[in-house]
Amino acid sequence: MAKYEVVIGLEVHAQLSTRTKIFCSCPTSFGAQPNTNVCPVCLGLPGALPVLSRGAVELGAKGAIALNCAVQPESVFARKNYFYPDLPKGYQISQFDKPLALAGHLDVHVNGETKRIGITRVHMEDDAGKSVHDGFKDSDRFTYVDLNRSGTPLIEIVSEPDIRSSDEAVEYFNEVRQALVFAEVSACDMEKGHLRCDANVSMRLKGAEKFGTRAEVKNLNSFRFLKQAIEYEMERQVEILESGGRVIQETRLFNPDLGETISMRSKEEAHDYRYFPEPDLIPVHVSQEWLTQLKASMPELPQARRARFINEYGLRDYDAQILTSSRDTADYFERAARASSDPKQAANWVVGDLAGLLKADGKEIPESPIPAEHIGELITLITTGELSGKLAKEIFPKMYATGDSPSVIAEREGLKQISDTGALEKIVDEIIASNPKQVEQYKGGKTTVIGFLVGQVMKQSRGQANPATVNAILAEKLK
Amino acid sequence: MNIAKLTIPEVQDGLRRKQFTAVELTTEALRFAQAENPKTNAYLTFSDERALAAAARVDAKLAAGEQIGSLGGVPIAVKDVIVTKDVKTTCASKILSNYIPPYDATAVERLEAAGGIILGKANCDEFAMGSSNENSAFGPVRNPVALDRVPGGSSGGSAAVVAQGTAVVSLGSDTGGSIRQPASFCGCVGVTPTYGRVSRYGLVAFASSLDHIGPFSRTVADSATLLGAIAGRDERDATSARHPVPDYAALLGDSVKGLKLGLPKEYFAGLAPETGDRIMAGVEILKQLGCEVTEVSLPHTEYAIATYYIICTAEVSANLSRFDGARYGVRSSKSDTLSDMYKNSRGEGFGTEVKRRIMLGSYVLSHGYYDAFYLKAQKVRNLLTQDFTKAFEQVDALITPVSPFPAFKIGEKVNDPIQMYLSDIYTITGDLAGIPCMSVPCGTTPDGLPVGMQILTKHFAEDVMFRLAHQYEKAGGFTA
Ligand SMILES: [Zn+2]
Repeated sequence: MAKYEVVIGLEVHAQLSTRTKIFCSCPTSFGAQPNTNVCPVCLGLPGALPVLSRGAVELGAKGAIALNCAVQPESVFARKNYFYPDLPKGYQISQFDKPLALAGHLDVHVNGETKRIGITRVHMEDDAGKSVHDGFKDSDRFTYVDLNRSGTPLIEIVSEPDIRSSDEAVEYFNEVRQALVFAEVSACDMEKGHLRCDANVSMRLKGAEKFGTRAEVKNLNSFRFLKQAIEYEMERQVEILESGGRVIQETRLFNPDLGETISMRSKEEAHDYRYFPEPDLIPVHVSQEWLTQLKASMPELPQARRARFINEYGLRDYDAQILTSSRDTADYFERAARASSDPKQAANWVVGDLAGLLKADGKEIPESPIPAEHIGELITLITTGELSGKLAKEIFPKMYATGDSPSVIAEREGLKQISDTGALEKIVDEIIASNPKQVEQYKGGKTTVIGFLVGQVMKQSRGQANPATVNAILAEKLK
Repeated sequence: MNIAKLTIPEVQDGLRRKQFTAVELTTEALRFAQAENPKTNAYLTFSDERALAAAARVDAKLAAGEQIGSLGGVPIAVKDVIVTKDVKTTCASKILSNYIPPYDATAVERLEAAGGIILGKANCDEFAMGSSNENSAFGPVRNPVALDRVPGGSSGGSAAVVAQGTAVVSLGSDTGGSIRQPASFCGCVGVTPTYGRVSRYGLVAFASSLDHIGPFSRTVADSATLLGAIAGRDERDATSARHPVPDYAALLGDSVKGLKLGLPKEYFAGLAPETGDRIMAGVEILKQLGCEVTEVSLPHTEYAIATYYIICTAEVSANLSRFDGARYGVRSSKSDTLSDMYKNSRGEGFGTEVKRRIMLGSYVLSHGYYDAFYLKAQKVRNLLTQDFTKAFEQVDALITPVSPFPAFKIGEKVNDPIQMYLSDIYTITGDLAGIPCMSVPCGTTPDGLPVGMQILTKHFAEDVMFRLAHQYEKAGGFTA
């Protein structure tokens, strides 16, 4: 394996977050009864015609901008011909020689290094329906078809063969996902089939210029599967090469249960898609003016946001990286930071305690039971001295468990920090009276013993005393 | 009332004068059409229920003193490649022999909104592929003028019902001459409007970049009225034009004096006198009406047939993929596997000509051949279009024959696809360029077979075309 280098290119398919389908006005909503979100157009009935949705082009173009691509002034839809029961027209409406956008890139970070992965093109297409092979009493003889998905708008993002490891591939896939989510182009919910990718994998001897023969692994719908599939392919191909064989160009499928890829069809059996320009649609024109508007309307993208977190909030590189790992996390952090007036503290709570609790709970940021504003409030209570850091740490899991604000919890449990001098003086007097030996030592010059006395006061007050105030009172009384 | 000779103004006049109600007229039209149909096989399906319901709506409007629309009460046939909600639409193919669409084509909606009465669905060549109507899975149509001859194709049924008098007007579709050639064979008026003038939504696609819906009628004025009712932008067809629709019928009376007409020399070379003499006699009449006539050249004409059969078959190969037995239409009973279902359903469901074009189209689009065939054909198509653009810088309209020969005998050319393809030689250029063109009757051959004269104008100049045809029709006395 050490002699070889892997060459990977990814084709990522993402569902655009439009409310309606790309060529008709049927809803794209998920989970409806089979074959209910359909019309003559997306059913491919005889005589029906596609009409391109402007909203889909707008999101496609925003996606391309987020991937640093050049949106083309004119792009053309083409028919991609193949037969499948869930492809009702007998062709997919895609783009071929004139795609929506060209020549982009994304930077990925692996092992502390930044690497630029080229993006060849971004094109638009409609999705097929779904074949249901199981679950019916005659499933041994028939396949059922649900066309609710048919006509869902997709973009396909084709990378250059710039990727050199499974980790880079996963990082790149994740960066694409983040860019699309940040740009509000796609929800990228993998469980709902919003995002999947095909990986082209080949091996060559290190230093070789020519690419080896590639295998294409289709339909990988999780980061883990992508990594597993690439690593399996690397081993499989090296084994073939080492035993003097030749890798054949083919399409393969990943079996998640076995963690293996299996041959689907060879080059000889590959589809000839017989692309030609879609005569039912006119070319797509994106004017310079529209493009300028779209660029102006782009939300802040992950790389820009990361830089701003460092400059504006003074966050460490590492924290900024984690806090921009998803748009939800970044938005959550910013809400907490704004509510607290101490962004660094907010970052610590989000990256530390909150992340820990969420992880243990198997939850993501959007499901956090603690609203970001409560983190802001917690930090304010610490800053104003109403809560000690120790108390805050105690309260935080309770905030998570109940969803209540920190002041409500402190009130309910009587956990408010005692800063009232009268109340504290009383405790201090008691402690001085019951610890004559330490008082003696202090007066004898061993001033460090004050720490012990403060601790006693804190203990007596069940941690609610404000340590700074206690310190001042003790120093005064022991003079 | 002679129902077989009625025109749109006569129908509307009769309704207004209470000579008949729309329901009475429709009942009689259905009875007459059903009685006469066995002679020609021009109708495949009658839609009595839908027709009578539409007629009742017209009568209700008349009773309420409301406008009944430009087609109010007019009995109409619709080619069976145009979908009609709840009325069987077969495309004259076995594969759709049981297909009942759940929606109406835009042209059908507009036709009914204008008060038109759809009597039924007209026979045609399977999926509109053919020039003789012999490719129908439900038997050929006979030409009402000479029953042993073909009515032309592919809209043979739509032409025959108008010639036979079993509808006042009809809708056909034209991809390479499928309206004009049968109109000329049957001696009626047939119009192919500018590409995009009439929405294709609901027209079962044959070759999408060439398909047009257009009218048949016994008078030029009736075609003008019918086109006016169905033309105009449709948001459901991205290729439909936003260009405003003039009131064609109202402009027919304008003079044609001083209009410049061109005779493209490539369309007359080698033309048999039985057709050529009629066209030249027609040109004389136009001269007498004050038109100036000059010879022009459309130099790329010789490449038109090859260009057409590459582009149209390529589009056919994709357009007909949806007929796979999976969701609608006929599924072969001998289908144990997916691949068998496709092969058997399509093998049993499609006729010879359809299969021939699917194979040709799949070939010209296949990997490694695309540039040599499809791409080159698109370039030639542009050159052919430029020929017309240049010609229309010199003249207002072109006059040509519609077909090199009149209606031929049933069975005469059926085994010779090349001969059959050549019968479209004068009509496919208009489709490739997307310009409006029509066939208007210009007398008969010595054997008494109708001859059609073709008038072509520039994009969206249907008004000029109709005006010329109407004035010519009046002067020539060729009204059916
Ligand atoms: Zn739909």
